[in-house]
Amino acid sequence: MAGIVGYGAYIPRNRIRVEEIAKVWGADAPSYKKGLMLEEKSVPSPDQDTISMSVEASRRALKRAGIDPREIGAVYIGSESHPYAVKPSGTVLAEAIGATPDVHTADFEFACKAGTEGMFVALSLVQAGAVKYGLAVGADTSQGAPGDALEYSAAAGAAAFIFGEDGLVADCLDTYSYTTDTPDFWRREYQYYPRHGGRFTGDPAYFKHITGAARGMMAKAKMKPEDFQYVVFHQPNGKFPLRAGEILGFAKEQIEPGWLVPKLGNTYSGSSPLGLTATLDVAKPTELILVVSYGSGAGSDAFVFRVTKRIDEVRELAPRTRDLLDRRKTYIDYGVYAKYRRKIRKAE
Amino acid sequence: MRDVAVIGVGMTKWGELWEKSLRTIFTETALLAIDDAGVERIDSMVVGCMSSGLFVGQEHLASLLSDELGRNPVPAARVESACSSGGLALRQGFIEVASGISDIVLVGGVEKMTDVTGCEATYALGTAADQEYEGYHGLTFPGLYAMMAVAHMHKYGTTREQLARVAVKNHENGSKNPLAQFPFKVSVEAVLNSVLVADPLRILDCSPITDGAAAVVLCPIDMARKAGNRVVRIAGSGQATDTIALSSRRDLTWLESTHLAAEKALAMAGRKIEDMDLFEVHDCFTIAEIMVTEALGLVPKGRGGPAVEEGLTAVGGKFPVNPSGGLKAKGHPVGATGVAQAVEVVKQLRGEAGERQIKGARRGLTQNMGGTGGSSVVHVFEAA
Repeated sequence: MAGIVGYGAYIPRNRIRVEEIAKVWGADAPSYKKGLMLEEKSVPSPDQDTISMSVEASRRALKRAGIDPREIGAVYIGSESHPYAVKPSGTVLAEAIGATPDVHTADFEFACKAGTEGMFVALSLVQAGAVKYGLAVGADTSQGAPGDALEYSAAAGAAAFIFGEDGLVADCLDTYSYTTDTPDFWRREYQYYPRHGGRFTGDPAYFKHITGAARGMMAKAKMKPEDFQYVVFHQPNGKFPLRAGEILGFAKEQIEPGWLVPKLGNTYSGSSPLGLTATLDVAKPTELILVVSYGSGAGSDAFVFRVTKRIDEVRELAPRTRDLLDRRKTYIDYGVYAKYRRKIRKAE
Repeated sequence: MRDVAVIGVGMTKWGELWEKSLRTIFTETALLAIDDAGVERIDSMVVGCMSSGLFVGQEHLASLLSDELGRNPVPAARVESACSSGGLALRQGFIEVASGISDIVLVGGVEKMTDVTGCEATYALGTAADQEYEGYHGLTFPGLYAMMAVAHMHKYGTTREQLARVAVKNHENGSKNPLAQFPFKVSVEAVLNSVLVADPLRILDCSPITDGAAAVVLCPIDMARKAGNRVVRIAGSGQATDTIALSSRRDLTWLESTHLAAEKALAMAGRKIEDMDLFEVHDCFTIAEIMVTEALGLVPKGRGGPAVEEGLTAVGGKFPVNPSGGLKAKGHPVGATGVAQAVEVVKQLRGEAGERQIKGARRGLTQNMGGTGGSSVVHVFEAA
């Protein structure tokens, strides 16, 4: 059986609080905190991007996998913030971890589900016997337009997974994908900030696809919410995943271990993958995890993982996701944030 | 002038109807009203719609909708008076039947508001304010009504909690209306702790952005009786205008256009305000309902706040106001609101209002308002 042989997370150290953003725009911070269930978000430093974060997360995944990187036959990065419009991110990553040149590489983009898309393909190639190991990363330095509701949530982070058939930390029991053409969020070429359909991003977009994929996955795998110890949904804000859980009949206790968003923000392609790394950090052998991503446009990928005994051997080989989130934080003000996110630029 | 009857009503579930376009929402509702009336033909159509141009990029609406309904080549007119477009459509239909120009008239109201962003919707609604004196200075409707609320609180001691009680009452009523956008109850605490929109108004003081339509069929009362229809008579119709700009009003706390429109409608009906068994009024914001109850003469000036607190305007009180849930809970697709008020009163007078039925209701009044009261339309209905 194929599954995860190693996983790793990366979260930048900088944080900005909801109050700091609200102060600049004259917005009511308590309303945003309550309405979106957000407290603060991660912010990348000026020299950090999707590629550098992918490298960090992948190195940690390699430590836990304990494999020779030259045996990795596929390297994929899913992101909506690839630094180049033309020139792959994946080649830099493959080179940095020493997987070149016998490797297939591609960049994925599907709003917030590009990460699980790469995971789906890497896993499938392993299952097909085409590669021994496949590496997939979900990473983003997401952008929210100044003053837009997205500015309170658009964050940065990366999660990497190495798939293989031996030395598994989690078997992948089954997968399912659910896709329709639903334009709820988009960014056209040459535009810097994405646009979104406001409340249309809720019921007909996020909830329809998350619940559609979760129900389809459970029907296909003949499982019920009670069968899972943990469930990870895409986390665009604090509220949506909790409500999705309620609709589907999951308890808050099943969601909470992977529910990072109140202190992390929405890391887009990294969102549900980071939720999975945080869940693997605490999961015990034989426990079941359901992961359901969501990408605007729109679609959801679902995975059922069963944790193996090897998890206890590898867990401490790299930092835990919660520690990355809670330790060594640097709070920045909006001025520094504006500089880091290139909302203001130094005169040439 | 001929006596005019409402012989058919139609309304479908309101809300964020992303899967339906304006024409579909209108047509489904119009067909319900035509079926309810049991008529084969209509002679004319009047449609109330505030801003299909800004909301969905469609003007020339009356012909479009008569075509969609398969009623070409009947004459069709679209009327606009901001949020009182629906009430004005009803009045134009009433005039058309009363005058003898047409016999069977379909009156509809429709608005499709969720195809645009919240900012664009706020802008579209803002065109109902005086652009030069209000709009250019950045005022939006929550801001204007917030100023009216502050003035009312200052002058009469109206409290923040009294405003909240309007929302609580209307959501209580709306929880019994299956067609309402928000058919659930809210508590005073929930209103007081909801998101601040324009101080002192919070989100639960404001009517929502809604897609929806409503329709009624009118005909001369003699024709209706001959056909054996269930008949509700439009006993009175009144309309009045006022300054659009709030700054030009003598008194920020008084809705003169509502006061005058009600006087005219009641005079035509030969009734007093106390004769009415229920009221459907324009609670676009909680402060609006308080001011409307004063302008209609249900309570003296300044007593609208205490009245809601004492339960005077609750279902079961002396003057039940907004048994449908009002704009607050039922939703506020601006062009449809005035027609939906008529739909509710007709259902009540026919005894078909289900769980929210006012027992033994014989007479009801609707009050529909544009902007901050720059226009008001009032109708008086009687079971016949």
